[in-house]
Amino acid sequence: MNRQIWTIYRKEMHETLRDRRTLMSMIVVPMLVIPGLMFGLAELGMKLVKRAVSERATIMVLGEQHAPVLAARLRAHPLLDIVPPRSDYERRIADKEIRAAIEFPPQFESALQGEPPDAKLAVRISYHEGEIRSEHTLRTIEGLLTGYKNEVIAQRLIAHGLSPQALEPFAREERNVAPAERVSGAALGGFIPYIIIILTLTGAMYPAIDLTAGEKERGTIETILASPVSRGALAGGKFLTVLTTAMATALLSLLSLTLSARFTSSGGSEMQPFALNLSAQGVIAMLIIMMPVAVLFSGALLAIALTAKSYKEAQSYVTPLMMVVIMPAVAAMLPGVELNTLLALIPILNVSLVSKELVAGIYDWPVIAVIFSSSCVYAGIALAIAVAFFRRESVLFRT
Amino acid sequence: MITATNLTKIFKDRKRRKSGFRGLVSFGGRSRQGDVRAVDDISFTCKPGAIYALLGANGAGKTTTLRMLATILTPTSGTAQVAGHDIVRAPEQVRRSVGFLSTATALYGRLTAREMVEYFGRLNGMDSGTLRRRVGELFDLLDVGEFADRKCDKLSTGQKQKVSIARTLIHDPPVIMLDEPTLGLDVRAARTIVEFIRDCRKRGKTVVFSTHVMSEVEKLADMVGIIHGGKLLAEGTVEELRHRSGSHDLEDVFIDLLDASEGRTAAEASR
Repeated sequence: MNRQIWTIYRKEMHETLRDRRTLMSMIVVPMLVIPGLMFGLAELGMKLVKRAVSERATIMVLGEQHAPVLAARLRAHPLLDIVPPRSDYERRIADKEIRAAIEFPPQFESALQGEPPDAKLAVRISYHEGEIRSEHTLRTIEGLLTGYKNEVIAQRLIAHGLSPQALEPFAREERNVAPAERVSGAALGGFIPYIIIILTLTGAMYPAIDLTAGEKERGTIETILASPVSRGALAGGKFLTVLTTAMATALLSLLSLTLSARFTSSGGSEMQPFALNLSAQGVIAMLIIMMPVAVLFSGALLAIALTAKSYKEAQSYVTPLMMVVIMPAVAAMLPGVELNTLLALIPILNVSLVSKELVAGIYDWPVIAVIFSSSCVYAGIALAIAVAFFRRESVLFRT
Repeated sequence: MITATNLTKIFKDRKRRKSGFRGLVSFGGRSRQGDVRAVDDISFTCKPGAIYALLGANGAGKTTTLRMLATILTPTSGTAQVAGHDIVRAPEQVRRSVGFLSTATALYGRLTAREMVEYFGRLNGMDSGTLRRRVGELFDLLDVGEFADRKCDKLSTGQKQKVSIARTLIHDPPVIMLDEPTLGLDVRAARTIVEFIRDCRKRGKTVVFSTHVMSEVEKLADMVGIIHGGKLLAEGTVEELRHRSGSHDLEDVFIDLLDASEGRTAAEASR
């Protein structure tokens, strides 16, 4: 029996490694797509933000004659270009011809000097919400206005014989004391297990289909069933093959994540939110916790794909499983979803959540033990179903 | 040696049962509504050094019978002895004694011809030394040499056929079972198979093959079993069958038997 499993495993691995589709999902995707997606996108986003921030913005000033001091400051600002006022400024903002418009009420600055101050004075800034460059221009203008407002307040305080410091009785200082891996754990912690779980599934998917529905489609199932191999050994050998590719995908994606994280975190401080501090211990713990999940995926995929008659049919059966896996994996990424006893029993979600903690350097051993053993139970059930299906004529010879 | 005793296979068909399916008399008899008796109480014997042909139309139950004998399917009732082993109690020993070949037994496309045959040798528990010698012998015999290390996907139909034969014979089984082995093959590939069957008889193997081609039966069979609706209608040598029905043409014999059997079923149904 063991020898048969080994013979089948060796042959299936041999054949799987000659299959381009499997190699794609097992090696190419984790090694190229993850770093590309994760850090390429992050860097692109960062660049776009940077460009928007440093770009000169065109604005319109309406009622300039009512605010000579502020108008002069706006004109002097290095990132602002003032164009002559037009009445259709709202359309121009909507059309992104100009980024914003500022409108001063009549006699604005002189009214500020008056006694008593006119409470109804309002400066209106028109901008384009959701447009990052317009929103940034809004903040630039707000900064200028706040500066001017503080000056006016200070003047009034002095006029009433008070020190401007009266408004700021104490200073405030912020300091981050969380260790670096916990910070990255919060930022990226939910994302990493998600990627690893999905890739483990896709890594197992193609070989699982190829080894079951693929055999039926190519007509080799009868050949192998007519050989002296036992159905149990056949299931075992195939299962080990799928498990190997699933684990290889998980391992390669973790490796590629760690490497690309090293690479980008040395890239500069603006990449800090995407920098990743993974300890070797955390990575190993994550791999161990992923093992029963890989068994679960392999067993479930084999059982599902074996019921199909063709590659295509199997793919359409497996797609819903993909959704079933993505849901809990995504749920773990939601802010505020934290591990508790109940969630520790929900497959995939539990592993996703505990991985988030592992990445953050938190090792809650009792919880890890609960999750590992419950995952093993689910894995065992999936594997038992797969083996049972291999023994059923109605599944093997579905008509 | 093969001795089949009251072999029966009933396929449960949930879909048919649900829709209250009736009819399709030619495809086996029916027991409960929706269940299909693909093979109905068949008994026969195949002797070593002789070729037994199961002759029948499509859906007659030939494939199911052979699959049961090869232990790919389990009989619903009845059993058979194959090379001294019981197909129900010792299916793995049976498979060790059988070389099974059909048009549905394809090759693994991503393996080379040599890897393919060696794989099945190892599954039969052969050690590397014996295996290498045996593969060499078979490849010489079948002229596989020049494409032995090419992937099976890249082989022509005829070449694939030769590799399949090598795969069937790798463990030198005493019993050979062939399910419609020439179906869909061109003349040359079909001839390879016919010669292979004759050669097996010469080597004293027990050979059973299924077909719906009369000329193959006339050319090869020492014994013929005519199967229809899952039942064995008649058995004998080609000569005996001709003699019994008083016709010279095997095809006429076959059609007469079918008509007689259907008349009987219709009579039973009307009763």
